[in-house]
Amino acid sequence: MSDKADIQRRPVNRALPVLLGPAYLWLAVTVFLPLSAMVYFSFLSETPIGGREAVWTLSNYGEFFDKAFYRTLMWRSFRLGAEVTLLCFLFGFPCAYVLAKMVKGRWREALFLLVILPFWSNALVRIFSWTMVLRGNGVLERLVNVFLPDVGSLNLMFTYPAILIGLVHSYLPYMILTCYISIQAIDDDLIEAARSMGAGRFTVFRRILLPLALPGIMAGSILTFVPVIGSFMEPRLLGGRNGTFIGTVIEDQFTAVFNWPLGAALSFIMLGFVLIVLLLAAPMIRRAST
Amino acid sequence: MTVNTDTLLGRLQRSSIAVLVLVAFPGALLAAEEIRVLNWQGYGTDEAWALEAFEAQTDISVVHDYFNSEQEMLTKLRTNPGTYDVVLINSAFTSVAAREGLIQALDLSRLNNAADLSPEMRDNAGLSHDGKTFGAAWVWGLTSFAVDTTDIDPVPDSIDALWDEAYAGRVGWRDDAVESVMLAAIATGQDINEPTDLDAIRDKLRALKPQIRTFWSSENEWNQFMSSNEFDIATYWSGSASRSKSQFKLPVEFVIPTEGAIGWLDGLSIATDAPHESAAYQFIDWMIDPAFYVQWDTDVGAPASANAKALEQLDETAFNRQILGDAEKLANVQFMGAMEDSQREAFLALWQGTKTYLQE
Repeated sequence: MSDKADIQRRPVNRALPVLLGPAYLWLAVTVFLPLSAMVYFSFLSETPIGGREAVWTLSNYGEFFDKAFYRTLMWRSFRLGAEVTLLCFLFGFPCAYVLAKMVKGRWREALFLLVILPFWSNALVRIFSWTMVLRGNGVLERLVNVFLPDVGSLNLMFTYPAILIGLVHSYLPYMILTCYISIQAIDDDLIEAARSMGAGRFTVFRRILLPLALPGIMAGSILTFVPVIGSFMEPRLLGGRNGTFIGTVIEDQFTAVFNWPLGAALSFIMLGFVLIVLLLAAPMIRRAST
Repeated sequence: MTVNTDTLLGRLQRSSIAVLVLVAFPGALLAAEEIRVLNWQGYGTDEAWALEAFEAQTDISVVHDYFNSEQEMLTKLRTNPGTYDVVLINSAFTSVAAREGLIQALDLSRLNNAADLSPEMRDNAGLSHDGKTFGAAWVWGLTSFAVDTTDIDPVPDSIDALWDEAYAGRVGWRDDAVESVMLAAIATGQDINEPTDLDAIRDKLRALKPQIRTFWSSENEWNQFMSSNEFDIATYWSGSASRSKSQFKLPVEFVIPTEGAIGWLDGLSIATDAPHESAAYQFIDWMIDPAFYVQWDTDVGAPASANAKALEQLDETAFNRQILGDAEKLANVQFMGAMEDSQREAFLALWQGTKTYLQE
């Protein structure tokens, strides 16, 4: 038994650098280098481009703790991330279940296409089409008024719910796809066995589906939660006066003023908070992956 | 439709001769210079008719690169030396670019039209650095606000209209720290370049909470919001207001408040390592020529020219001649001066804090 394993292992070992090398090289160049440049910038007093004199400083990190509004915005961004993730789960999980267990063949392909379709269009185009739908006297308002003439103006545009709608729409496919993969792997016999022993639909969901689909749910949640915290395009375009979050404030440091050090420092503080949240969720993630 | 075969044949002949000439003398191709201009998109220098006329006259072709913010413009200059010839720089940034060595000192005597520039624009302190001129005054304008005349009548003349309860939830505001702080400085009777009472400015900006419908960031967005009736009244730029009126047929009126307005001046500069320096001078001269300006303002809509002769040649009813030519109304206008990065960052922090407060 052990001899056989040895023989199988050797060619794999030799192939390892060839197989993993390009991917890691690519990651090193595209992720690690720019990120380390930003770490370096975050400790400087000035953006070191164009012959400016920069000195080492911690003041960019201190700025976050000096000004109360940064903390308020950080808190709001995390709340936004949590709410969008929860909504994505509430809409995405049933959809993934239907795709994995209830439809087959061509219908499944067609439904999959509908889920993936948003990925094929530009993110900016998606948000702008939402502005057409949500704005006063827009598509949604007219539609609602056809059936419920008494409702009047919905006033959704430039509100917090408008940001939620835009972000949930953007990130729902991630949740559906990751949940789909883990639900599909659940043996139908398990569900039938539970049913035959008298478990109700909710018990099946709580005791079988949810624990076994947890890896997919966790993966989808992380894929949604982390980018939503730093999002700036959806809040800016859909949120109006209510669209200021930590992501938009960081963007301003790069575009409105030439303060890359502060922008970088704020990004890393955000990253720190994200890591804390992921650490707190680690027991659940570990349970999901075993 | 009939096709004029004579001219068609003639054209064919001419173009085949042109091809022959090019094959025989490849040097002829090199004679035509190409300069690279860095500007906002759709801001005068890239008008197709103007570039055709310029090329016909000088044999210099023009290609464009665009920026979406002044910081982006500076970054492009910093990271691409030797790429650009002419660059448009707002007078609040000219000295920053000059101090960093991104642009070169200009010799105004190389511009035939420089003699016609209004002295107060040509010699504006914002365009010079270390006693030398780094920007040729091109166009200027005002920032205050415009109203939708179908919603608001009569047109108010005070900047306090933006804070008027009657327009709660109907105000459009540009999401820009410097502009916001300066408008609040005018509303609280302070110097826009050196406001002393920042607390008063913060309180004034916070008072916008019930007023603001949403923030706008570009002229195009402003027009969309106005035409879909999201705004009744919104901060705006004078040149854009005349375009919204003439091109988009929006019923808007630009207001120069009695308390004053923000004046801004855009200059054309030449990059330090410009590959085609003399062609760049020719292009700038063409841009401040009354012939170009009058057509630009008449056909498209433009800010006010820094060239006094050009303004005189406008139609008497033209916005830029009628309103911006009225010295009495302009008495309280404060022109933006050169601004240090530290002050811009302080304004941004003040504005971001305010925006956090403006959220529900």
